[in-house]
Amino acid sequence: MAGWYALVVVALMLAGFALARGRAQSIAGGDYAGMHSLPSYHGLYTASLAFIPALLTFLIGSQIAGYLATHSAVSALPNDIQSDILRQGAALREVVNIVRGGPVGSASAEIQSAAASYSSTLFAAQWITLASGVFIGLAGLSWGLSRISMNFRARNSFEKMVYVLLWICATIAVLTTIGIVFSVVGETYRFFFDPAIKGKPTVGEFLFGTDWNPQAAMRADQGEINTAYGFLPLLVGTLLITVIAILVAGPLGLFSAIYLAEYASPGVRAVAKPILEILAGIPTVVLGFFAALTVAPYVRGWGEAFGLNVASESALAAGLVMGMMIIPFISSLSDDVINAVPQSLRDGAYAMGATKSETIRQVILPAALPGIVSAFMLAISRAIGETMIVVMAAGLAANLTFNPLDAVTTITVQIKTILVGDQEFDSAKTLAAFALGFVLFFVTLVLNFIALKVVQKYREQYD
Amino acid sequence: MDMRPDPLVMMTTQAPTHATLSAPTKVAAKNVNVFYGAKQALTNVSVEIPEKSVTAFIGPSGCGKSTFLRCINRMNDTVDSCRVEGLIQIDGKDIYDPALDPVQLRARVGMVFQKPNPFPKSVYDNVAYGPRIHGLSRSKAELDQIVEQSLRKASLWEEVKDRLSDSGTGLSGGQQQRLCIARTIAINPEIILMDEPCSALDPIATARIEELMEELRKNFTMIIVTHSMQQAARVSQRTAFFHLGILVETGSTSDIFTNPVDKRTQDYITGRFG
Repeated sequence: MAGWYALVVVALMLAGFALARGRAQSIAGGDYAGMHSLPSYHGLYTASLAFIPALLTFLIGSQIAGYLATHSAVSALPNDIQSDILRQGAALREVVNIVRGGPVGSASAEIQSAAASYSSTLFAAQWITLASGVFIGLAGLSWGLSRISMNFRARNSFEKMVYVLLWICATIAVLTTIGIVFSVVGETYRFFFDPAIKGKPTVGEFLFGTDWNPQAAMRADQGEINTAYGFLPLLVGTLLITVIAILVAGPLGLFSAIYLAEYASPGVRAVAKPILEILAGIPTVVLGFFAALTVAPYVRGWGEAFGLNVASESALAAGLVMGMMIIPFISSLSDDVINAVPQSLRDGAYAMGATKSETIRQVILPAALPGIVSAFMLAISRAIGETMIVVMAAGLAANLTFNPLDAVTTITVQIKTILVGDQEFDSAKTLAAFALGFVLFFVTLVLNFIALKVVQKYREQYD
Repeated sequence: MDMRPDPLVMMTTQAPTHATLSAPTKVAAKNVNVFYGAKQALTNVSVEIPEKSVTAFIGPSGCGKSTFLRCINRMNDTVDSCRVEGLIQIDGKDIYDPALDPVQLRARVGMVFQKPNPFPKSVYDNVAYGPRIHGLSRSKAELDQIVEQSLRKASLWEEVKDRLSDSGTGLSGGQQQRLCIARTIAINPEIILMDEPCSALDPIATARIEELMEELRKNFTMIIVTHSMQQAARVSQRTAFFHLGILVETGSTSDIFTNPVDKRTQDYITGRFG
């Protein structure tokens, strides 16, 4: 059905375009300069007038068709099933299953008749939708055709439609973001303040507690279980790994950017830059097992050689590999901003008798600083939000430690751990994931805000 | 290539086309050829530039005058495809001698560019940049003095003395260009090259820069590239006319503008082309 409908809508649109353009051409009679809009704009305008109403009719009509079909199936069911909401739902699932051609083996006669009623109603409603879509599309098409004249401003009207389309797309993106934030905030609120949730911490316990041990009762008879939702170990673990990653990626990324932008010959640059960017394309799950299986044992062996006690899953291993992951963000973006520093500034410095390194340190890097800062901030945001590498290499132990050789855990790892597996949704344990998500979002937001402020401050000075 | 004849011999073999030089020669070029890749930008340019005067390079776009200017402080070294042949001497010393460090040369030969290019730093730091990297001051007080004197010489001090810590890029176009001149003066060069220093400025700012050139030539050897023949006539004592990569004619400015020897020079200054 949807296939037929798509075909009809496309046909209407093409017909509208061709007819309107042809008509505009014949009205203009070769005098396109005297016509307000070019014939193709008349074509686009009429095509949209046919396409948009037909599409809307389909979207609305198919919803109504589904509703009517369900309604008819429900009324065909016996009264006792109709009145029990659970049995009604089960019966409807069976009905839909039959209509879609699923296995029908054990369906009762009532269900069979409900299915027949469902499918005949759906069939009729869909045909009515199709017919009315064609009718409305044709109406739009003929209205568009009737408006074609030398003075009709088809271009302006069409551009207004495009404007509305762009506005709708932007609005959807913004609303999605707002929706996610509201969902997270709402569940976080429930986690802290919903009286129906058992075993939840207070806000203070959550923010300043040093113990993280989320548990949910599997059965009612388990009684009291020891749970703790102190979020500090996770925050410290996240920051520890992020700091290690930045210590690795910051110098490597920035210096390779300076080399690529200022010292490398065009040939080297043409090869080296794409290779660096490929590093950004390695899936983090691959980096994760590289960290767990290659780097972590190496770090451990290295530590033991110095007589240090290194956990087999260590913050250091995860941080090192995460640093590898974010090098391309820093190097590639910094390289771009260094290249964007105008040549006139370099000339100015060289003409003062500055050496190349003086020019880079004192003129180019300060001028490129806002861009470099935002590259670092993007890299930090990525590191804080990264999950796969830390899941594999950092461990699950919520140790409150600043020792990079210990196993630590991060916010993202705990969110993943909490939500994997079977458990009731309304438990404090599950909702804790939303609280963690909210904190993660908040931390990233603050970082982005700081980056924005830094960039704005220096942009005033350095433009 | 050991082409370093005695500068005195140079003086006699390179007799000026018009009036005799009153001042000693500061910059001497002999048979300079410049190539960008395979393309030749300058052919056999020989010229002598007297010290403590303003010499103007004029000519239509693409004639090689800026290229030649950039040879004098070896700025062309920063262009990979550029190759310079021939001899350029300052005070009789070959500046393309491999033993000579272009960084040191550029401290002696300052340059001001077509578009004002102050560093994204404060006014003070812009001027102090050169003295700092070359270690010209021993104390903060001494540096303050260099900055003030340079800004005064560039006739910018009165306008910026209360906002030395503001960004140099926040000044007006004419002020930025004078800041660039102050920045150049601060390292006390012997020669100042100016590559169309007024082409991005309005007439009032241009007039101030021209007054400044008149003042500066008491202490510096100035070479300016300009598109404006009126500007060349106003500010320079000597003029060199370039056309299609060739130095057509050089002489005192009054001779070039009133009594040119070459037909091409005459056509250019009378506005037949260019």
